[in-house]
Amino acid sequence: MASREPKLSIVSEPSASLRPESGDYPSTANVISMSNKDPAALPESSTKRLVVDASNISLSFETADGKVDALSNVSLQIADGEFVSFIGPSGCGKTTMLRVIADLQQPTSGNLLVNGMTAEQARLARSYGYVFQAPALFPWRTIEKNLKLPLEIMGFSETEQQQRAEKYLALVNLNGFERKYPWQLSGGMQQRVSIARALSFDPDLLLMDEPFGALDEIVRDHLNQQLLHLWGTTEKTVLFVTHSIPEAVFLSSKIVVMSPRPGRIIDIIECNFPRDRTLEIRETPEFLKIAHRVREGLRAGHAYDE
Amino acid sequence: MTNSAAALPSWQPAALRRHPLVERYLPVAVIVAALIVVWYVAAILMNLSLVRDAFEREETAYTIGELISGTMSAERPLLPAPHQLLAAFLDSVFGYAPTAPRSLVFHSMVTLSATLFGFVLGAILGIGLALMIVHSRVLEKSLLPWIICSQMVPILALAPIFIVVLGAIGLQGLLPKSIISAYLCFFPITIGMVKGFTSPDIMQLELMRTWSATPRQVLWKLRWPAAVPYLFASLKVAITISLIGAIVAELPTGAEAGIGARLLAGSYYGQTIQLWSALLASAVMASGLIGLVGLAERGVARQMGTRP
Repeated sequence: MASREPKLSIVSEPSASLRPESGDYPSTANVISMSNKDPAALPESSTKRLVVDASNISLSFETADGKVDALSNVSLQIADGEFVSFIGPSGCGKTTMLRVIADLQQPTSGNLLVNGMTAEQARLARSYGYVFQAPALFPWRTIEKNLKLPLEIMGFSETEQQQRAEKYLALVNLNGFERKYPWQLSGGMQQRVSIARALSFDPDLLLMDEPFGALDEIVRDHLNQQLLHLWGTTEKTVLFVTHSIPEAVFLSSKIVVMSPRPGRIIDIIECNFPRDRTLEIRETPEFLKIAHRVREGLRAGHAYDE
Repeated sequence: MTNSAAALPSWQPAALRRHPLVERYLPVAVIVAALIVVWYVAAILMNLSLVRDAFEREETAYTIGELISGTMSAERPLLPAPHQLLAAFLDSVFGYAPTAPRSLVFHSMVTLSATLFGFVLGAILGIGLALMIVHSRVLEKSLLPWIICSQMVPILALAPIFIVVLGAIGLQGLLPKSIISAYLCFFPITIGMVKGFTSPDIMQLELMRTWSATPRQVLWKLRWPAAVPYLFASLKVAITISLIGAIVAELPTGAEAGIGARLLAGSYYGQTIQLWSALLASAVMASGLIGLVGLAERGVARQMGTRP
């Protein structure tokens, strides 16, 4: 731990110099370099409502090995309808950030507004649907009943529950599986159920914590396309934590690159491919350039790589 | 496999050995047969001196054969032979009207009613305590030591105290026995249900939190169903303990009816066969009760879509 301290200061330099470097991509009109503190760099957010408005969020906790800064002065603004990916190595605080927004963890300091409310108010107002790394379905409930669970809790009427269950199962292409139990479905299908469940009560915000992390490449590509389609049709704001650079670039309208020790944002990359993008864009130069920039950011953040 | 279960295909030894019924029951049958053989040998050895003394007291000549057949049919043997026990058991079960005081069915029913009533009381108490422990740290710290202490006191010492105290306030018969039975059987249920109520994983609990579910909704929609497998495991333990509790409660009171009373009378008068019949009756009851809980468990598991 102590041996890493001096390295940290070295690493902060390349990450700081990353922003000027982003001027190396003048040809890519889609890529807009921006600092999250600079309002002029947020052309969209001035017109659109802010769904997440975080400033100087810090979260630290004591462990046996000393103090850990899971998040350090994280500021971030996310406008309505964006698809924002958080990418970074383990321990960079991307999941913590999502959990703070979801009010599953409380920051040590900083201001956070979700949908114009505090995180707790937003949670109580059921403003978001959360998708975990694992499907976390309830094994004693059928697929349909799993989907209805949040609706039951929120007091929707029986007919409304039925309509929504049908609608959202259809949305993730799982009609015909209503009466099955979770163990009768594959991992990818289960995760689709959990996405449908998160959407079922129609929250403004969808928080996804590495939802496809445990799935194989092919299933993952397929689900990525489905998720893009969902995003296109529902126009939700999506916050998406991932380890995978192609996944982040393919899905997002904005990529937040984070770095560990302390957990912080080192780059925010706009990524404005058309909403109806296909897997083929992954071969285009624009795509590769953004992927390259993400990789550069990640590399700069890896203090302990050498 | 299942098709061939219908009929024995042929009398070839190999085919017979692979027959599903044979495969399933042969090991059990072998063990039972071995035990019966051991039992007979033990009965001969243990009753031998008894029978020899009787012959010598009457000063009659005897052969080895007479000696051995004597050990098989002694009136008050040290260890009754299996066929003696079975005959006495069947006689006391089917030989009398179910309400007659000599009928084992009558005594079993007396004990069974106390067992079931105590089991229900114990289950309610056990689940209630588990709920309190799960929902409050203060209660966990204050209740758990007492719950554990309660099980360290020998029930044989406590039972007479219970009966006297409850008798003094006018409670007699079924209720004191049930209370002792409940006192014994709530413990595994509490321990099992604390484990069960805390078995949902963090993700499931956090999901409930993201939906801002009330504590009551978390209990009914998550903690309860998650605890069901633990419930049945602890109920199986509890129901046999409950039976033991009811029998023990009959011992110090000089009860006139019940398996405990039969055991007590049997040992007073050296009626070993009666003693063993009562034991057999309680074993049959215990297996029956566990079987019933198992049946309920399977029904509920099917309802809850558990992977077969």
